[in-house]
Amino acid sequence: MSMPRSLIVHNGHAFPLGDCPVLPIEQFRQEVVEGIAAGGRLSAFFAYPGQSGALRLLAALARAGEGDVAIVSADVGSQYAAITPDCPQAHLFEREIFERWNVRPLGHPWLKPVRFPESQTCGVTDFFQMAGEEVHEVAVGPVHAGVIEPGHFRFQCHGETVYHLEISLGYQHRGVERAMLGGPHRRTIHYAETLAGDSTAGHAAAYCRAVEAVSARRVPARGQFLRGVALELERVANHIGDLGALAGDVGFLPTMSYCGRIRGDVLNMTAALCGNRFGRGMIRPGGVMFDVDARLVEQLRRQLDAVAKDARSAVELLWNTPSAMARFDGVGVVPLDLCEQLGLVGVAARACGAGGDVRRDFPYGIYRFAHIPVSTWHSGDVFARAHVRWLEVQRSLAFIGEQLHALPEGRIIDRPGPLAADQAVVTLIEGWRGEICHVAITGHDGRFAAYKVVDPSFHNWFGLAMALRNQQISDFPLCNKSFNLSYCGHDL
Amino acid sequence: MLQVALARLNQGHRTIAYPAQPPTLPERFRGLPIIDRARCRDGCRACADACPTHAIELTDGGPRSDLGRCLFCTDCTEACPTGAVRFTPDHRLATRQRDDLLVDSRGLRLAEALAEKSRRLFGHSLKLRQVSAGGCNACEADLNVLGTVVFDMARFGIQFVASPRHADGLVITGPVSENMRTALLETCTAVPAPKLVIAVGACAISGGPYLDHPQAHNGCAALLPVDLFIPGCPPHPITILDGLLRLLGRLE
Repeated sequence: MSMPRSLIVHNGHAFPLGDCPVLPIEQFRQEVVEGIAAGGRLSAFFAYPGQSGALRLLAALARAGEGDVAIVSADVGSQYAAITPDCPQAHLFEREIFERWNVRPLGHPWLKPVRFPESQTCGVTDFFQMAGEEVHEVAVGPVHAGVIEPGHFRFQCHGETVYHLEISLGYQHRGVERAMLGGPHRRTIHYAETLAGDSTAGHAAAYCRAVEAVSARRVPARGQFLRGVALELERVANHIGDLGALAGDVGFLPTMSYCGRIRGDVLNMTAALCGNRFGRGMIRPGGVMFDVDARLVEQLRRQLDAVAKDARSAVELLWNTPSAMARFDGVGVVPLDLCEQLGLVGVAARACGAGGDVRRDFPYGIYRFAHIPVSTWHSGDVFARAHVRWLEVQRSLAFIGEQLHALPEGRIIDRPGPLAADQAVVTLIEGWRGEICHVAITGHDGRFAAYKVVDPSFHNWFGLAMALRNQQISDFPLCNKSFNLSYCGHDL
Repeated sequence: MLQVALARLNQGHRTIAYPAQPPTLPERFRGLPIIDRARCRDGCRACADACPTHAIELTDGGPRSDLGRCLFCTDCTEACPTGAVRFTPDHRLATRQRDDLLVDSRGLRLAEALAEKSRRLFGHSLKLRQVSAGGCNACEADLNVLGTVVFDMARFGIQFVASPRHADGLVITGPVSENMRTALLETCTAVPAPKLVIAVGACAISGGPYLDHPQAHNGCAALLPVDLFIPGCPPHPITILDGLLRLLGRLE
């Protein structure tokens, strides 16, 4: 029998770090390439200083078919043969490893900065350029026209047509992932809640599940239910907001105006739960901090009904307006095979017909007991990304209502003790944008020796770049909004 | 067309009556924190030790909180053994001076209106350019909300504009990451004088959760003169609106 080449683990189950085989780098590369060819997807791929002193690579391959995660590991020197030429979805991970640790992936086609972390001028890089008569370049950002985060977009155009869009980020880099090291300490949960502010519940849940796994603590059932409510409220609020913003980007003001208001109503439901519109303070290691009583449950259910009714009226108005729909149909298409090559996640992937959803494929918490149907559409365009959002809004509203109806009795939190030493855990959460992945590794002292955060935006930014090919540059705001990716979640 | 009219009818009028009437806030809303020093035990420093951003300092007279650093989390209220620390539902938090955010037993000195000359300029039409500089995007989200029909900030003549050239001032969010420093300063230079600078959120005021990170600058106050500080993580939209209206002298 041959030696095992990877360690198979489950979402949110801690494992002793020593159980993970350390492969020679060539075998590591082969294992990752074959794992992806067999249907796996790179959820995380990063380097960290191993206990032997060498730099160690760790790849977490999410295998939706098996419902598990394959951990592949190797020690690496100053260079290795890049995985990207065989697996495009590795490209940003390999750039990140190069930028952070100066390990060169030989043969990487696009080895550019990711976040400009130190002593580099953010945004100054050798942008891809197209030459020829009547070819022109458009540079946008980092400061954009709206109240949004900073990023730089460089378009290579011929007339109105975009041939290539290059996205250069890093402006929101504030060292938050690096500051997780040595934790948990008193700021760690607040870092988790602000990795991407609109995904407070998602990232907080991913972090808390990691802590719970490594301290062998179970969340009481009532805590699990309330976490589910917080997570789905976050999804509903953001999706409704996006539907409104998409309507606004094509100048259809009624839906924009209504959805802007309804999104706020959902945020107010989260605030009714925990005092903060973004869910700050709700999810903590071991459970949740705020309970509900019969009166609050009744109030939330009334608000759910009102949101469902108002959102339906606002969104159906959009679907029934041909002039607005004409601007959604066939714009910013990402074909399914490209989606799979790039390893897109979440709404962006489900809008290409890919069926992945962490809640079903790698169920955790409440989703082990209560299921949410996965919403997909096949056309890969702006319409599909809008339509999947609307389907998910309806499913999530129904789900929240069911959980509030069936809340089990009991405690809401069991606070974990100290973390076990030399453990590792991969936690996956279906955030509203898509898969959130945290990988925590503890050292001999039970503190985080490595902590990796992968926001869904990290996978999906390149999807936006590809969606813009052969589109009109004036459709960029619409395409951008249809992905609505996080800058801060990418920049960390 | 009929459907548009029907939907309009069904959605109703949604703009809040604020400031004519007080805002409706959730029961669990965490506004101005109060520390009842009479309840503090001798030598107790539980709140200060629990605070993630060192927002509570123990002075001779008892604990003093810095709203500019406060995340309005519950770490201090949970840690306090006597219930001396609590959050009130008071949404009014904005000040003109950084030091006014240091709250001891005297309470908070809320923002005063601009001087007469500036009020004549900006009081009925204030165009703002927002710059996001390294935060988590929650402040930006609740700034955007001010443009919805619920808050309808435009009814006070306040609007966000696309170009700094069209702006009367900047609204800054985020701890000012090193990677955004140049872009922020250049945007500020592009705003014609006289201009206002408004820091929104714990990050922009003090660095917030990213206090003392080498990748950021502990907020914008060390880089630019700030006219209005609006604390929170993120501040509730009504807290932001309250601050802006106070600055313009439109609230009593």
